[in-house]
Amino acid sequence: MNQLWEAVLWCLDPAHWTGPSGIAARSLEHLGYTLLAVVIAAAIAVPIGWWVGHTGRGRGAAVALSGAARALPTLGVLTLTALLLGIGLAGPMTAFVILAVPSILAAAYAGFEAVDRRVIDAARAQGYTGAQVLWQIEVPLGLPVLVGGLRSAALQVVATATLAAYVGAGGLGRYLFLGLKTQDYAMMLGSSLLVVVLALVLDGVFALAGRAAVPRGVTVARRGVNA
Amino acid sequence: MISYRSVTKRFADGTVAVQDFSLDVPRGTLTVLAGSSGCGKTTLMRMVNRMVDPSSGQVLVDGEDVAGRDPVALRRRIGYVMQNSGLLPHRTVAQNIATVPRLNGVDRRAARRRTGEMMELVGLDAKLADRYPAQLSGGQQQRVGVARGLAADPDILLMDEPFGAVDPLVRSELQRQLRQLHGQIGTTILFVTHDMDEALALGDQIVLLRAGADIAQQGTPREFVAEPANDFVRTFLGLDRGQRTLHRERAADGSIVVVDAHGRPAGVLAEPDGRPDDGAHPGAAADGGPRPGIQDAPGA
Amino acid sequence: MNWVLDNLPLIADRTWAHLATSLPAILAALVISVPLGWLAHRYRILNGPVLTGAGLMYAIPSLPLFIVLPVLIGTGVRDVVNVVVALTLYGVALLVRSVADGLDGVPPEARGAAVALGYPPLRRFLTVDLPLAGPVILSGLRVVAVSTVSLCTVGAVLGIPSLGLLFTDGFQRGILAEILTGIVLTVVLALALDRLLVVLGRLAMPWTRAEAGA
Repeated sequence: MNQLWEAVLWCLDPAHWTGPSGIAARSLEHLGYTLLAVVIAAAIAVPIGWWVGHTGRGRGAAVALSGAARALPTLGVLTLTALLLGIGLAGPMTAFVILAVPSILAAAYAGFEAVDRRVIDAARAQGYTGAQVLWQIEVPLGLPVLVGGLRSAALQVVATATLAAYVGAGGLGRYLFLGLKTQDYAMMLGSSLLVVVLALVLDGVFALAGRAAVPRGVTVARRGVNA
Repeated sequence: MISYRSVTKRFADGTVAVQDFSLDVPRGTLTVLAGSSGCGKTTLMRMVNRMVDPSSGQVLVDGEDVAGRDPVALRRRIGYVMQNSGLLPHRTVAQNIATVPRLNGVDRRAARRRTGEMMELVGLDAKLADRYPAQLSGGQQQRVGVARGLAADPDILLMDEPFGAVDPLVRSELQRQLRQLHGQIGTTILFVTHDMDEALALGDQIVLLRAGADIAQQGTPREFVAEPANDFVRTFLGLDRGQRTLHRERAADGSIVVVDAHGRPAGVLAEPDGRPDDGAHPGAAADGGPRPGIQDAPGA
Repeated sequence: MNWVLDNLPLIADRTWAHLATSLPAILAALVISVPLGWLAHRYRILNGPVLTGAGLMYAIPSLPLFIVLPVLIGTGVRDVVNVVVALTLYGVALLVRSVADGLDGVPPEARGAAVALGYPPLRRFLTVDLPLAGPVILSGLRVVAVSTVSLCTVGAVLGIPSLGLLFTDGFQRGILAEILTGIVLTVVLALALDRLLVVLGRLAMPWTRAEAGA
């Protein structure tokens, strides 16, 4: 427990927070990686996932891809891209995106599939065009599931970004590996705690966003309120 | 109004849902397509608004083949009510009813006014306008479904087992109101059901289908009960089991109870002059609604 | 390919270490999750805390957890026990929900019938509730197996043996084939375990075979 106390002291030391490689800068860097990777991954995965969910085409491939991707070892992808793309952010960022795409893709089409088929059938029978079904029904009703996928993707990237310091990227993982190399256990443990806090905060933010994404009519249905 | 000309529907997996089907649905009538599940009745109905396209043959609306019409535009001219209402869960009652007028570009205020009229027409309390579907009872949801189907003032209303999922008491009330509504607005209604009591209670014309949409009998409710065309019709109506062969019996309090061949009470006979003759609905005595006085019937 | 042929003993060694770390974690997760999931299912009060705790657990990145655990359980930083415990915790976090969901999904008629037939509670749980919840638990277990095998490699940056050492070694020495071998073997191992669980599930729950055709 003494070690834990020293780690907390390391985190709280103001001298460690400032400067270009201070905790503040590294945290922002870590968060920046995460947001950038999730945005890029979403730009790729959401249109494909919506297309799969809306048309039902390519579903088998999407399921197989997102299932197999769970087996991909993050460290393996990270070292592979680093070796192929060299020093710099391109390697790690490519790895982050590869690892973030499957859960967003799966959530995008799963969200559409969770929409009651009878609702869509009725809407088409009222004269909704395909685009109107997509934007007015499938997108809003599938949004909560999609936000859940973005949440998993963000957590995946936060974890992988910690590892990325191993292949030369920035972020909070820097301290972790520096501490490992110099046998500075307080630094190693302190930075680990910081990553955990960052992940939990991000998780909480996405949980709130997920709740906000549920349309009101569906919220009342879940509460089981009846007239 | 609606005409089927030698329509056949073969699905991709090879099953033939409809085989060489022809029928005329006269303007302003309420025609019931009845039959067991899988007989092709829903497929036939969905051909009218091009939710299903026939493999061969034609479906005409006002003498024009629907195959030449844009499906989206066509559907906005035809009301559609389905089982479990199919309401949008994330839209309020008012927004759901205003769906088609809004799709047709009616402005918000006019749509809102129309919504109010529709809710009154189908007997919905105006206070429910801002509720979500999940906050309504099954019967209320179906009323919203009917209001939505009628909101754009369509010439044709398609109803696919709309009252199948509500309890019997509410169902018979909804059926009674639908009859009344039909008399009021005169829309051509095509109604699909597997429930023969419902068909007898609602239809001006009933078309009873066997598998492959083969017409077993077509006629008025009275013709069905008085002159069933064959054994299939008799079985479907329950005539073979004596369910519609009714006899009078005198109950303890002096009223006359009507019982079927098994002695099960079907209703109480009204005074000969106490009840207006509802000639169009001979099946009404046997409908699934409340049966007052059955407790007093002997042998019950 | 040459690299693979030249290093077969090394690869076998790493694969063995990988299995010796991940399999105990998967088993332990299953053993712990069943009673925990039952508690969450049976006592509404515990449902929220257990599932929230599981969710938070799952949000914690693996490497920091490997480093924080030694302080809590008194092991060394490079001890393989840390990885086994951490992987078990992740497995529990996922499986508890599956067990609770599976038990929640047991048809009340089946449970009611078992009660009416006079089953004593524990026997009913083991012979009626648990088997009927089986398919849901199995699908959770499959996810756990795959992600455990994959996560196991992360310990390599701390020097803990697994297929992950092929990544760190390959990266340090610039051998692409070594990294690729590690990735392929990890994925193959994960998917093989997944298939094995499907087959075991069919043997243990023959009544699900009709539905599991896909």
